[in-house]
Amino acid sequence: MVERKKGLVDRIWDLFASVKFAVVLFLLIALTSIIGTVIEQGAEPEKNLMLLKRLFGDSLAPSAFRLFESLGFMDMYRSWWFVSLLVLFAANLIICSLDRLPRIWRLATEPIKPLSPRMTGSVPIRREVRLKGPPEAVRERLEEALSSIGFKAGYSPDEDGGYQLYSQKGGYTRLGVYITHLSIIVIMLGAVIGIFFGFKGYMPIQEGYTADFAYGRDDTTQSLGFAIRCDDFDVEFYDMSDMPKVFRSRLTVIRDGREVMKKVVEVNSPLRYGGYTFYQSNYGMVPDADGYFILKVRGRTGKAVTINRMLGESFVIPGTEIVGTIRDFSPALAMDDSGKTFTYSNMMNNPAVYIEFSEGGKERYAGWILRRFPSTWRLPDGNVVELVDYWGVQYTGLQVRKDPGVWLVYLGSGIMTLGLCIAFFMSHRRVWVLVGREGRHSAVTVLASANKNRQAFERKIDKLVSALSGGSDG
Amino acid sequence: MDSSVLFGIATIGYMLSMVAYITYLVSRKEQVGAAATGITVASFIAQTIAFMMRWVEGYEMGLRSFWRPPISNLYESLIFFVWCLILGYLIIEFRYRNRSFGAFITPLAGLALAFIEMTGMSKEIQPLLPALQSNWLLAHVTLSFIAYSTFGLSFGTALMYLIEKTEKRTEPAYIFWTVSLGVLVVLLLAMGADFMKFHVLASTPEEMKSYLFRATFKSDSGAVSLASWAGAAAVVALVWRYGYLLKRVVASFNVTAGLLDDVTYKAIAVGFPVFTLGGLIFGAIWADQAWGVYWSWDPKETWSLITWLVYAFYLHARLMRGWKGRKVAVVAVVGFVAVVFTYLGVNLLLSGLHSYGSLG
Ligand code: HEM
Repeated sequence: MVERKKGLVDRIWDLFASVKFAVVLFLLIALTSIIGTVIEQGAEPEKNLMLLKRLFGDSLAPSAFRLFESLGFMDMYRSWWFVSLLVLFAANLIICSLDRLPRIWRLATEPIKPLSPRMTGSVPIRREVRLKGPPEAVRERLEEALSSIGFKAGYSPDEDGGYQLYSQKGGYTRLGVYITHLSIIVIMLGAVIGIFFGFKGYMPIQEGYTADFAYGRDDTTQSLGFAIRCDDFDVEFYDMSDMPKVFRSRLTVIRDGREVMKKVVEVNSPLRYGGYTFYQSNYGMVPDADGYFILKVRGRTGKAVTINRMLGESFVIPGTEIVGTIRDFSPALAMDDSGKTFTYSNMMNNPAVYIEFSEGGKERYAGWILRRFPSTWRLPDGNVVELVDYWGVQYTGLQVRKDPGVWLVYLGSGIMTLGLCIAFFMSHRRVWVLVGREGRHSAVTVLASANKNRQAFERKIDKLVSALSGGSDG
Repeated sequence: MDSSVLFGIATIGYMLSMVAYITYLVSRKEQVGAAATGITVASFIAQTIAFMMRWVEGYEMGLRSFWRPPISNLYESLIFFVWCLILGYLIIEFRYRNRSFGAFITPLAGLALAFIEMTGMSKEIQPLLPALQSNWLLAHVTLSFIAYSTFGLSFGTALMYLIEKTEKRTEPAYIFWTVSLGVLVVLLLAMGADFMKFHVLASTPEEMKSYLFRATFKSDSGAVSLASWAGAAAVVALVWRYGYLLKRVVASFNVTAGLLDDVTYKAIAVGFPVFTLGGLIFGAIWADQAWGVYWSWDPKETWSLITWLVYAFYLHARLMRGWKGRKVAVVAVVGFVAVVFTYLGVNLLLSGLHSYGSLG
């Protein structure tokens, strides 16, 4: 028969089935990815123009900028050519796996057969030992030895009174590489679903308020189908420093007018509801908002009550005639060297409230009460006023995300881990024990192979052989 | 005594053991080799104790929960890298009963420690920002560094392989390894110069960035800068000219090229799954938990991916006909260069976009 030239389809198939092509793609993707780490992605044009001026000089920078822009370098991970590389990569992976799967499947599932005499030379591990007694007499011992290292032996007699025991383990581990490759496809699929059907937005909510939509790209809004109320936002600091320790939003989910869920959201602990996930992203003060001072007041007689008042309002310390009037507030109070107070930040880093106390119309004392300094809560006469919060003036900024593909990404990640462990830490091991008659003795040849980590298997076989010969006197 | 004293002892110990291993390589005196191993083991024990003490100190200062080992800033992670690297090395030394790897791997530990001292980075136990208080992040950092140290091992053995396998000065593989080694030496010298000139006490990567190479390549004086470049070229040329001398030293040991190739592959075969799980997957899960995006193509993430692809390249190149030996060893070396860039280069050279979240 005349050998025909391969058709175009065949040649494309061969290209996509080759590891060489894969290696070229690894290199291309890795090298081009570097561009996007040097040029800031999605930045204002001026920024990258500056960078290019530093790299290429003032005169060349504008043309370099135009060139880079036409090549999509400023948003390169979404550019047509980078996406094409990823598509080629996926196609490569799929076709390569399909191409090899039948052969590997056979290798993985095929039962082991006795070794034909002319194949014995090609088995990498070979050990010989002589045992006392004819072949049939040592069979049980050999089978026990094999099963002690986990191999259940098959039996096949040959013509001249000898026989062969053979066994294999871990044939399926040959599929580890394919599981790994499959997982990459699963992850890419998840990513694609996320890109086409996902949503990414932002949602600021003031303390005490409710919102039922989020801002998406370019200030579009997306209705959620339920509402979220911010019950409280709070920052906790490390000891006496301004180093934040915890950002905390207390949120309530409201659906059809009913509260269906409450959750404290922190930076690494988002709220998940209705397919959306809400992350703590930022926070701030709402300009000109009037809030409530929440005070815990305890008279000397011991009973504590929690009250809330606005700026300028008054309250009575229970069990006394003393009236406190709220005169001033500072979100971040500090004191300079001369003892004068000032506000050092417009965020609530060190909230303080100035209260005047009077009794029967006569002024008694006045001073700052600081939320983070319990020593300032105790008044000269033994009454205690604690500043719990200045509530209603902060907003919490939530990042809103809907990604229907993320579970596939996680699934793929799990599969990949599994596949890699199988591919690298497990192996397909085969062993054949050939037994022949040699006078009153048996000549035993142990042949073995492993597709990975052969040394470890070799040591195991050595142990087996020395255990066998230890029990013999041949 | 607090942990910093013990860390100091361990640092000096590792420097000594580096000298001892190199002396052993040259002199081939068995006593020197035994001393090298002894010093390494003792330093390793000192470092292990110091690590535990630092853990407890952070807890007692109220800056860490008890379940959080001290692996959270640049200093701590580099120290942890050295610890893993030495552990990995000791396992190889005992398993293969061969000390000659030591002269190639302890300098990596020495380099990391020298980098800490030269840049004068902060060794304080710092409070953790909210975004960093995550178990995923912890697992991510820990596993990444375990992987980095296996990659570091493979770098050492791949370099030895190249030294042993190359003959002529015009050979690409020879040029590759001598230039790589030369650049490494130049970097060390330049950082040393920065340290001598500024006694930098930089505490953040940003500050470090502003001092790096100011004494040499980026000097205000044009003449110094020019001389630095010339000096760098001279060092590289020197390593290239006399690199073959190293070959004799390596060859005088009974490490076959086959063994080196095998160790390189095994180290990568362990490192690759660990890096995949810890470096990429846990990193993605952390990002997803903290910011709601598992992948955002920021420079640090992208460089992790590049590193991963280089090692995938290595694994697949070995399966291709004609790509055994020298070429794959080159890939293993390049892989570790990518590792170093992922960890340090992105912070020091690229625009530092990988700030820790919008709340930082
Ligand atoms: C980044 C994506 C990839 C990863 C993480 C990956 C992972 C792996 C791993 C771990 C191995 C085993 C290597 C070893 O035993 O030393 C392997 C083998 C292999 N890979 Fe990939 N791979 C990827 C992409 C690809 C692509 C795109 C192709 C397409 C041609 C491919 C083709 C192969 C082949 C043919 C083998 C050998 C299989 C065998 O030994 O039977 N891989 N891969």
